[in-house]
Amino acid sequence: MGEVEPEILLEVRDLVTAFDTDAGQLTAVDGVSFAVRRGRTLGIVGESGCGKSVTAMSIMRLLPQPMGKILAGEVLFDGRNLATVPAEDMRSIRGNRISMIFQEPMTALNPVHRIGKQICEVLTQHNDLSPDDAWQQAVEMLDKVGIPSPEIRATEYPHQLSGGMRQRVVIAIALACGPELVIADEPTTALDVTIQAQILQLINNLQRDLGMSVMLITHDLGVIAETCDEVCVMYAGRVVERAQVKELFANPRHAYTQGLLSSIPRLNGTPKSELQTIDGMVPALSELKPGCRFAPRSGREHAPELLVERQALRQISTDHWVEACPVCARG
Amino acid sequence: MNNGTAILSTDNLRMHFPVKGGVFQRAVAACKAVDGVSLTIMPGETLGLVGESGCGKSTLGKTISRLYEPTSGGIAFEGNELADLSRRELKPFRREIQMIFQDPYESLNPRHTVGTIIEEPFVIHKMGTRAERRQWVADLLAKVGLPESAAGRYPFEFSGGQRQRIGIARALALKPRLLICDEPVSALDVSIQSQVLNLLMDLQREMGLSYLFISHDLAVVKHISDRIAVMYLGRIVELAPAEEIYNNPVHAYTKALISAIPVPDPTYVPDRVILEGDVPTPIDPPDGCRFAPRSGTGHSPEMLETLPPFKEISSGHWVEACPVCAPAR
Repeated sequence: MGEVEPEILLEVRDLVTAFDTDAGQLTAVDGVSFAVRRGRTLGIVGESGCGKSVTAMSIMRLLPQPMGKILAGEVLFDGRNLATVPAEDMRSIRGNRISMIFQEPMTALNPVHRIGKQICEVLTQHNDLSPDDAWQQAVEMLDKVGIPSPEIRATEYPHQLSGGMRQRVVIAIALACGPELVIADEPTTALDVTIQAQILQLINNLQRDLGMSVMLITHDLGVIAETCDEVCVMYAGRVVERAQVKELFANPRHAYTQGLLSSIPRLNGTPKSELQTIDGMVPALSELKPGCRFAPRSGREHAPELLVERQALRQISTDHWVEACPVCARG
Repeated sequence: MNNGTAILSTDNLRMHFPVKGGVFQRAVAACKAVDGVSLTIMPGETLGLVGESGCGKSTLGKTISRLYEPTSGGIAFEGNELADLSRRELKPFRREIQMIFQDPYESLNPRHTVGTIIEEPFVIHKMGTRAERRQWVADLLAKVGLPESAAGRYPFEFSGGQRQRIGIARALALKPRLLICDEPVSALDVSIQSQVLNLLMDLQREMGLSYLFISHDLAVVKHISDRIAVMYLGRIVELAPAEEIYNNPVHAYTKALISAIPVPDPTYVPDRVILEGDVPTPIDPPDGCRFAPRSGTGHSPEMLETLPPFKEISSGHWVEACPVCAPAR
């Protein structure tokens, strides 16, 4: 693209996250690597159970305890490895320099506290503010995320707001301390399409105004196409393909990415035509193979050693990486 | 509308729920979930029904299948009026109209085997011997692409997509003519969603089924439907053939809804109409144009008071003709 790429803010290297369960240790994220650049949006797309939310929880160090553990890998944020920083230090980063927007605006807010108070909580946690100043800033945040009559809304409770308004409040809380990175986990999935358009536009505008980086997790390729600069496609705990958004949509190289892109109904498609499908279903975590995990669904013959040996993520052009299974990633 | 050959038609159908309040829990207001809907579904046709949460699309589906007692208006199945029938009189029609629900995790009884779940409609309607019913269950499982061995297992042993297939098998058991599909693929992953949509389209071709396909996903509805009805606050604001409604939307709400769909193509530059505000509550909505508060353009007081007529503006293209939201071309 000619222009100089901005510096990397967050780099995840070979992250492995596992959960202890009754059925033994299950690896939900298995060697995932990607980077988020300053001021840019990285999209992570994949189906349920592919490990996209667990990746986010690992970065935030919000894994359910004591079952969830980061077994290996690094999460480098501004030069520090978040996977190993003491919990105390992590608390001063979380909500302050990295914050999160959750999917369910109904459950992400505390139903018994006023909205203003919930924003004040994050502000006073990280800044030395008087209660009056914090309240003033909370009202300003509500105004910034487009909530009408913010002074009045700040004194209300979450149940008095609609779903779209609640998601705006969640965004206000996430952005209150001016974070450098915002991780948005399915921020619009629970919302109607007209409200989704409002919220995506809001996130885009705020990103432009505040210069923050965004990591957007979603299953919706339409949302990815519209908001992201770069995309990681995850399948069964691994990144199978990573590229600039235009490159990925124009030139998908992995069979899974190709399958995903061709199985969504398109507005300009032939009505009532047979849709492309991906056979079978996402494998359970307990039955994952070390080699190519998409092999059983790819409909293509795999040699036995491809199922046993892990295939590395290989760079095939500038900013385009693909898991180099010779069968699934052939041209 | 001409409903001479329609498999199903509704005439000014209303479903109001009382909102109770005060010390004596008296009805203080009405939630007008479905408020005057007239539509038809032809044999072998898929009618898509789109709209946002709270617009009344699920209530309309449940009212048509008579899971609710309609407040007023008519529901005719092949010319037979259903709205006023008693439970017993309804029973033969129950076989003809079946439902598929959104949540495959909640719509199947977890304590019954899949065989028992699919067999239940035959038991209720006292059909066949035990051996015959077992054979029918096996046939139905094959039809929806599940192995015969599934009959002996429990719903929790299946994935979301497979459970939705079980729900479809149960709905098909009595060879219905009309299926009401309420968000049948919304809870499924993309790769599984297309499998289930293909199955529904195959079954329609094979069995000549008619579908009322309710969804908030406009790309899915566009793909599967012959005609599409757009619902807003209890009313149909626009109804047209699928291609026509996407290429030529007339009502301001339809335009906004279509333009809000994220297109999976990064080179596409959306020409987006961003709507202000949320869907208002259907409790005591205005009598006139209901989209007025969100349309951002001036409505005269009489437009808010008198119901705009539902007009056919070109062949098969109907629109609620509010002069502001749907100006004549």
